[in-house]
Amino acid sequence: MSAFGPERLAMLVQPDRVHRSVYADPAIFDLEMERVFGRAWLALGHESQVKNVGDYFTTRMGREPVIVIRKSEDQVGVLINRCMHRGSIVCAEGRGNTERFVCPYHGWSYDRAGVLRAVPFQSGYEKGRLPAGLKAVPRVKSYRGFIFASLARHGDDLETFLGPARASLDDFVDRAPGGELEVAGGVFKHAYNGNWKLMLENHLDGAHPAWVHASSVAAARNAPEPGKPGEEHYYDIAVRQMRQNGAPDAVWEAIGMWATAHGHGYMGDYHDDSRLVVGMGNPVFEQYRQKLVEKHGPQKADRILRVTLWNTILYPNCSFMSQFRQLRIIHPIAVDRSVVYTYSFRMKNAPPQMFRDTIAFSNVVNGTGSWVLTDDLEVYERIQKGFSSGAVDWAYIGRGYGRDLKEPNGSSRGATGTSEIFVRAQFAAWLRYMSQ
Amino acid sequence: MNVEQFLYHEARLLDTGQLEAWLDLFTDDATYWLPLERAQADPFETSSIIHDDRTLLELRVKQARHPRAHARQPLARTVHQVGNVMVLSENASEITVASTLNLVEFRNERQRHYGALVEHRLRRARDSYRIAHKRVDLVNSEGELDGIAILF
Repeated sequence: MSAFGPERLAMLVQPDRVHRSVYADPAIFDLEMERVFGRAWLALGHESQVKNVGDYFTTRMGREPVIVIRKSEDQVGVLINRCMHRGSIVCAEGRGNTERFVCPYHGWSYDRAGVLRAVPFQSGYEKGRLPAGLKAVPRVKSYRGFIFASLARHGDDLETFLGPARASLDDFVDRAPGGELEVAGGVFKHAYNGNWKLMLENHLDGAHPAWVHASSVAAARNAPEPGKPGEEHYYDIAVRQMRQNGAPDAVWEAIGMWATAHGHGYMGDYHDDSRLVVGMGNPVFEQYRQKLVEKHGPQKADRILRVTLWNTILYPNCSFMSQFRQLRIIHPIAVDRSVVYTYSFRMKNAPPQMFRDTIAFSNVVNGTGSWVLTDDLEVYERIQKGFSSGAVDWAYIGRGYGRDLKEPNGSSRGATGTSEIFVRAQFAAWLRYMSQ
Repeated sequence: MNVEQFLYHEARLLDTGQLEAWLDLFTDDATYWLPLERAQADPFETSSIIHDDRTLLELRVKQARHPRAHARQPLARTVHQVGNVMVLSENASEITVASTLNLVEFRNERQRHYGALVEHRLRRARDSYRIAHKRVDLVNSEGELDGIAILF
């Protein structure tokens, strides 16, 4: 019997405050790996990472090392990366293409579906006693090209799990004139000494940029004006984002902030970048708009481009920005250690400059050496230190509490753009996973 | 000043916190590049840990001096150990130099160590040089890295 029964958990996570131990207690972290990361659908990647039969990449699902592989033309499988014999991981590479995974220890080999195909010294085993193959992750499903999997045999199906947050993934894909996205341009892997939840609580927080990012806002205001058409700088898209982080309070209060019953959240309109906003007449954007018009006709193209969903969080392991074509997956390592993989996406059939914008944005805003990201990481580490102190027990998540509005699609909207509604929704989902 | 002395001089400016003087070593059209991938050929279609032109580099230094640059104030203490200096090629205006970098960083009660292959493209300027291009290939650029808030 776990020391963390539903009643105890409900004491730790209250509607407008949470106990510091949910960020700092290794026993709670162990339970999260079993009950949150062991139950929820987790975003693993994108089908463009496994285009051809035999293409694979390795990643983690909570603590489990896994291989994501295209086992046949129409099927992606997820295998636990651990030999059934004596436990070695069978695949040490980050990605590749293979017919077989051969364990380096005694040569047990498994095919693309994980079926055990060859065992040296087979006569030493009693007939019928050998395992069938690598353990397969029971549920794997894609949504619009994004690969998800769940370690639990049962639970909500993927579409129910995503709920209203599907609109953000739709927006991400619909914006590609060729109707498809492709992972490209390398993967940032940044780490910090802090709990995994700290990142998810940050990405929709409109009250933090003015403080955490004060220095990069100031630097961006000193930057040359984003160039007129034809005189643009490679980093304009990033400078605009940094300036936007310094938007007046009234702008942050006016943006939309939604959360769903599964703990997902997303942000409404707040940007004024001419490369992102329809009607601002930027020539690259206009060229891009034309490609969408060719594909869909003017009305549908317009409808696609007027969707203003910005940052989206898929609880518990993913955050993405459809308009900047960036997606992050968080891997919890320990209660006070997390690693984040940041992917860039190329939109099929979009002007090449759009992808260059994505890379520039990624470097300057989301990269391991970014002036923006590193200030977030520093603050996560300071929070972790604060939560390691026992002198004060509670963290307050009550901004906007009691004023959330119900939406027809089942989501809830914060009373203002800086409402902590999305943090409360994450903890409501957390409590449900943890109490099952 | 010979090439080796120039590289030591550059390292010393960083290790003594003279970031603005370090910045002055770069030409107006300079690029400063820490690729993300091994043998990365292109900085525009593949991400980089840092890919700055002179303007971005200037802003990076200004940002580091801001009192609320949380990851950079106070600045980390560093030792840039430059070694294996070798002239790769030379023409009338420019000289390309390879070196290795061992770097120790201390900040927030934590010491970190980096190793990198470095390439400078230097332009002759009176009795010294200016940096037209600096490329730093960290040996762990593709690995899981904590935030990088120092200059190489």
